[in-house]
Amino acid sequence: MIRLRGIQRRFVVGDQSVHALADVSLDITDGEYVAIMGPSGSGKSTLLHVIGLLDRPDAGEYRLSGRDVTTLDDDGLAHIRRSQIGFIFQFFHLVPRLSAADNIALPLVLAGIAPQRRASVVARALEEFGLMDRARHRPDQLSGGQRQRVAIARATVMEPAVLLADEPTGNLDRATGFEVIRILEALTDKGITLVMVTHDPELGRRARRQIHMRDGRVVEDSGRRQ
Amino acid sequence: MTLADVLRFAGTALRGYRRRSLLMLLAMAIGVAAVIILTALGEGARRYVTGEFASLGTHLLIVLPGRSETTGGPPPLMGETPRDLTLDDALSLTRSLYVRRVAPISVGSAPVSWQRREREVSIVGSTASFIHVRHLRMAKGRFLPAMDPRRAKPVCVIGSTVREQLFGPEAALGQWLRVGDRRFRVLGVLASEGRSLGIDLDDVVIIPVASAQALFDAPSLFRILVEARGRDVIGRAEQEVRRIIQRRHEGEDDITVIAQDALVATFDRIFRALTYTAAGIAAISLAVAGILIMNVMLVAISQRTSEIGLLKSLGASGRQVMVLFLAEAGLLSASGAALGLGLGLAATQLARQLWPVLDMVPPLWAVLAGLGVALATGLVFGVMPARRAARLDPVRALSRR
Ligand SMILES: Nc1ncnc2c1ncn2[C@@H]1O[C@H](COP(=O)(O)OP(=O)(O)OP(=O)(O)O)[C@@H](O)[C@H]1O
Ligand SMILES: [Mg+2]
Repeated sequence: MIRLRGIQRRFVVGDQSVHALADVSLDITDGEYVAIMGPSGSGKSTLLHVIGLLDRPDAGEYRLSGRDVTTLDDDGLAHIRRSQIGFIFQFFHLVPRLSAADNIALPLVLAGIAPQRRASVVARALEEFGLMDRARHRPDQLSGGQRQRVAIARATVMEPAVLLADEPTGNLDRATGFEVIRILEALTDKGITLVMVTHDPELGRRARRQIHMRDGRVVEDSGRRQ
Repeated sequence: MTLADVLRFAGTALRGYRRRSLLMLLAMAIGVAAVIILTALGEGARRYVTGEFASLGTHLLIVLPGRSETTGGPPPLMGETPRDLTLDDALSLTRSLYVRRVAPISVGSAPVSWQRREREVSIVGSTASFIHVRHLRMAKGRFLPAMDPRRAKPVCVIGSTVREQLFGPEAALGQWLRVGDRRFRVLGVLASEGRSLGIDLDDVVIIPVASAQALFDAPSLFRILVEARGRDVIGRAEQEVRRIIQRRHEGEDDITVIAQDALVATFDRIFRALTYTAAGIAAISLAVAGILIMNVMLVAISQRTSEIGLLKSLGASGRQVMVLFLAEAGLLSASGAALGLGLGLAATQLARQLWPVLDMVPPLWAVLAGLGVALATGLVFGVMPARRAARLDPVRALSRR
């Protein structure tokens, strides 16, 4: 359960202040599939970063699973990111020198999970995302779709409650993009909360709930109960 | 994160930037190797020099005519010129309980010839004690016989160079050498000793001290070598020597006594200081390597900002990021230190084979200090970049690509 109230995020560049988020209030329940849309610069990524605890709001209240997370320190935030949140990026962000398997294992390493258990979890993830024969390949030896599948496997290997995807198909051709979307949708069928930023209206329509943003505000929300 | 995971991750990062890592490794290795080689050199020189002096005999006192309060000072303007040391002075020293042996020495140089061959050679006049006091060995025949030191006798002992150059392949023992205008029968040949304290004992002719005094027509001695009864009585032996000579010289304390031990100790101190200085200078190169490591880590962080952002998005805390980058610096300096240790030991081993006289073995303290300083500088200079990595804003780090 994600609960945002009056969230603001300002950036000061030179003597100009940019309101990336201006008073955003939002509730997202467990297992929801939400698409966030809007023009460039409307604050979509910033909202995702705030939800994912990579960025702190300047004002407002954020409760995750009923817990106020705006007051947590660095270690506390890291712990929640590690255990409850998975990130997927437009540019994959795989570590180039690590194999697919090692990339997927990173969150488990950071969580201090023992190597034997890690190996079996990673093997299962590779199998789940059809990457078994790519385990030892480095990212530059993988196609875009395979890279994003590695990234999804990595984001879900800790079995997080919330998956945050910032234009996950933005760097893929249409067919591969749909393939990735279907993988993500399969995850929502298993109960994960998916919040996805997308520029593609067709992809956005597939979500059960669409949120439109402009100038740091939510201007339209199909799930808002009036 | 377990330590093994941290090291493995740091290892892959270092291997990912191979050339840069190798250069860093080299800088650190050169620093450590420099510490090891320079201290080994200093230690080798120290052992060589002190060994050289110690070979003169550890309980040795050297008595010189003339008083030298401060070395190299001008002789007193007023007052009498110092009395010479005489053979009787030397013999009187045997009365002391603390003195085991006394070897008077008179030195000169004279043309020495056998058949057609002639050379100008240093002549040493002494007694049978000389061979014991100086720990010399014979190659052939025997040394000067024990007899009344006041008696001249036409016998001599020659050094190996003299034997070679005058006799060549022919037997020297029993031959009559002409020294100046006298003749001496060869009793023995010294084993080759090499140079020792400036006198080449291979290139001398040793004759009884009374013969030398007659040959040079000079009753004074060059110096007197005194062997004390033991290490612990050297001080008392020195006092006795002074007292006895002073009484014989009408109350004038006009001699200089050098204790061999003190001399060795002084050289020991000097060379130790030199070794420490060399180690210190070499350690500076380690600091330079540390600064290089800092620079490389800063570059690495600016190249890998998106990786740092990613790690944070995967749930790494600032502290974990810091540990990862510190481990890289630590691993770099540790392997650099190990490589330097290998290089340094190999170089000293090679040097030992090339120049066996100089026993180049790095002292343990230098090896440990070199490794320790290398590790410490790596970590100290790694802290700043690692903290910078830890503080990186993940959003900004991820957006840059
Ligand atoms: N670190 C930053 N410093 C200054 N301004 C920023 C920063 N991050 C975002 N902004 C500004 O905040 C606003 C919202 O940015 P955000 O990245 O959230 O937009 P977006 O909706 O994701 O756009 P896009 O569709 O192009 O990705 C923009 O005007 C952007 O310039
Ligand atoms: Mg964006």
